[in-house]
Amino acid sequence: MSTEIDLSLLDPVLEGHHGHKDALITMLQEVQEIYGYLPEAVLARLSDETGISLSRIYAVVTFYAQFHTTPRGRRIVRVCRGTACHVQGGNTIFQLVKQLLGIEEGQTSPDLEYTLETVACIGACALAPNVVVNGVTYSHVNAGKLSELFTRKDRR
Amino acid sequence: MRYRNTALVCRGTGCVAGGDTVYEALRQEAERQRLTDVLIDFTGCHGYCQEGPIVAIEPDGILYTRVEPKHATEIVSSLMSDGKPVEHLLYHDPATSQAIPRYSDINFYKKQDRVILHNCGHINPERIDDYLASGGYQSARKALFQMRPEQVIEEIRRSGLRGRGGAGFPTAIKWDLCRKATGSPKYVICNADEGDPGAFMDGSILEADPHAVLEGLTIAAYAIGASEGYVYVRAEYPLAVSRLRTALRQSQERGFLGSQILGSDFSFTIHLKEGAGAFVCGEETALMMSIEGQRGMPHPRPPFPAQLGLHAKPTNINNVKTLASVPLIIGRGADWYAGIGTEKSKGTALFCLTGKVTNCGLVEVPMGTPLSKLVMDIGGGIPHGKHLKAVQTGGPSGGCIPARFMDVPVDYESLAKLGSIMGSGGMVVMDEDTCMVEIARYFVDFTQSESCGKCTPCRLGTKRMLEILTRITQGKGTEGDIELLTELAQEVKDTALCGLGQTAPNPVLTTIDYFRDEYDAHIKEKRCPAAACDALVHFSIIAKKCPGCGMCVKACPSQAITSMGKKQPVVLDDAKCMKCRTCYDVCKMGAVKIE
Repeated sequence: MSTEIDLSLLDPVLEGHHGHKDALITMLQEVQEIYGYLPEAVLARLSDETGISLSRIYAVVTFYAQFHTTPRGRRIVRVCRGTACHVQGGNTIFQLVKQLLGIEEGQTSPDLEYTLETVACIGACALAPNVVVNGVTYSHVNAGKLSELFTRKDRR
Repeated sequence: MRYRNTALVCRGTGCVAGGDTVYEALRQEAERQRLTDVLIDFTGCHGYCQEGPIVAIEPDGILYTRVEPKHATEIVSSLMSDGKPVEHLLYHDPATSQAIPRYSDINFYKKQDRVILHNCGHINPERIDDYLASGGYQSARKALFQMRPEQVIEEIRRSGLRGRGGAGFPTAIKWDLCRKATGSPKYVICNADEGDPGAFMDGSILEADPHAVLEGLTIAAYAIGASEGYVYVRAEYPLAVSRLRTALRQSQERGFLGSQILGSDFSFTIHLKEGAGAFVCGEETALMMSIEGQRGMPHPRPPFPAQLGLHAKPTNINNVKTLASVPLIIGRGADWYAGIGTEKSKGTALFCLTGKVTNCGLVEVPMGTPLSKLVMDIGGGIPHGKHLKAVQTGGPSGGCIPARFMDVPVDYESLAKLGSIMGSGGMVVMDEDTCMVEIARYFVDFTQSESCGKCTPCRLGTKRMLEILTRITQGKGTEGDIELLTELAQEVKDTALCGLGQTAPNPVLTTIDYFRDEYDAHIKEKRCPAAACDALVHFSIIAKKCPGCGMCVKACPSQAITSMGKKQPVVLDDAKCMKCRTCYDVCKMGAVKIE
């Protein structure tokens, strides 16, 4: 985490929304797209350049589930906790994934390989239970499919 | 050129889960076999998600189910020879095992009445010409050139259209209030922040027929006198966002949006705003805060958005399904629409039928259709010979309707009478393996974590309700818990600031009302009748039935089962058991006992 953060990557975002303070959420989404998360130094520069106070920026960042202030893993695992998944054993799936990855909800593995999150519903209810890894949905998951998906052999 | 047939690959969220591979495979195969007089195209959600990935062959109406890339050769060959459809990919009636080639003959489709969904699964959502060919933007044209704004509102009033976001407020009254409000500019917003877990109707419409929503929003803007519009869409729907973007660009290029639309003197632009993951932003005042780039916290009404909305200007907010209905009403007339449904609830209702039901998917029926028709006829009943226990409507804001009320007509008033709500369209079917106390805990867990924290009843009330429900499901409930829970629930319902808090107690109150015996069993007997609450469930091996085959040993994810050698019953270690039911599912001998 000691790597330098290139603040100039922020320039196109600032230019694209110049003078639009109500675009804060959109800007944060774009910033997170660039850096993978929202580093403190970047938010500080965003505040300086837009004139939006840092406290207001943090108020918004911490309110919405989508925003992250710490680096995230290369593989983002999102377990669907929607109702359809829940009645099809979603909770057990969640426990299994936690066990397989060795991390709790919201955590990232120390080698930055996995981040574990939950999502309220991805809208693929007919295929419940679902787990999403880097945007790819795995449906009708069970213990066998999960251990195949998360065998740690690919980990250094 | 004209094509003899079109192969329409469903590329809705459900069918592309696991990899969007069927469409490419079919295209490559068509090229390889030089199939030139059949167009390989794609659509949004066809509805029958359970049987996906789906491919429909039009105009014959042939439906292929559970298609994989490896089936491309067979499908293309069948199209080449103009011969028989690929038998094993057809839907087979579960009762008779007969193949049913045409989707219009399959119960799931046959018993529906697809009005709002008429384009879904039939047009390519990324091509505006498809929408135009099916009559698209004709209603906007009609409204702009043949009707005054007041006439549009009058037409909507006569149609009886009510808000499809869940509350059912008459759309025309909302529009009229905003039209008469003073202030400029005025805004219209499409609420596509479909946050209810277990619901994907709005996402599916945006994925399959985005122009219908844009056209509806344009007509609303014209009626109200708004010059700017927003579509606020949930960020968890990346496909819906990208199709909306495409649709917006195309309709601007063709002059259906922008300045002086179609040569009229009406100008209107639409912005797309992605949500950032907050359920409460589905509440209209919170949604507007979010568009303004702030924390999405609701404020008391009045003032209503129609008076003081986005940027403190008059604003009108409608749900996706409401707006998708508007072009149909303007096009076909209020009388046609008012002819569908019941006296007070007009038109059709759209549901995502999911949970313990044979046919999961997107379904549309006239208002007033009995619940049993939805679950049994269209849904095909409960799989694995289990029994229906309850149907949950309205998501975290709704309630659980027990099996004995299955004949209730599905409309706003009838569902409200049972303590549930119509809601935005989630419908989760539950069988005997679903614990109703656990379900109440699940929903309160959801609302508790999504509560924005602004008002005390919701912030603290949901937390306390969750604590009580959690201890009951852990077998630590005490006498008086039910009474305390009821009192608390009633209090939160009466005093919370916004819809989230006011409706959060509904799952608790309805389960107590209809399934009090299950609460009693948890509290008094420390027993979960559905054997679903982990703390109250115990797994064991019936030694007499266990042949020591080792299937469960291999399958157990927590190495809780040990083999004792051939033909010796296995041993289960209680301390390691995660109660995941994997052993129960793999054991062919029925040697795993859950109690």
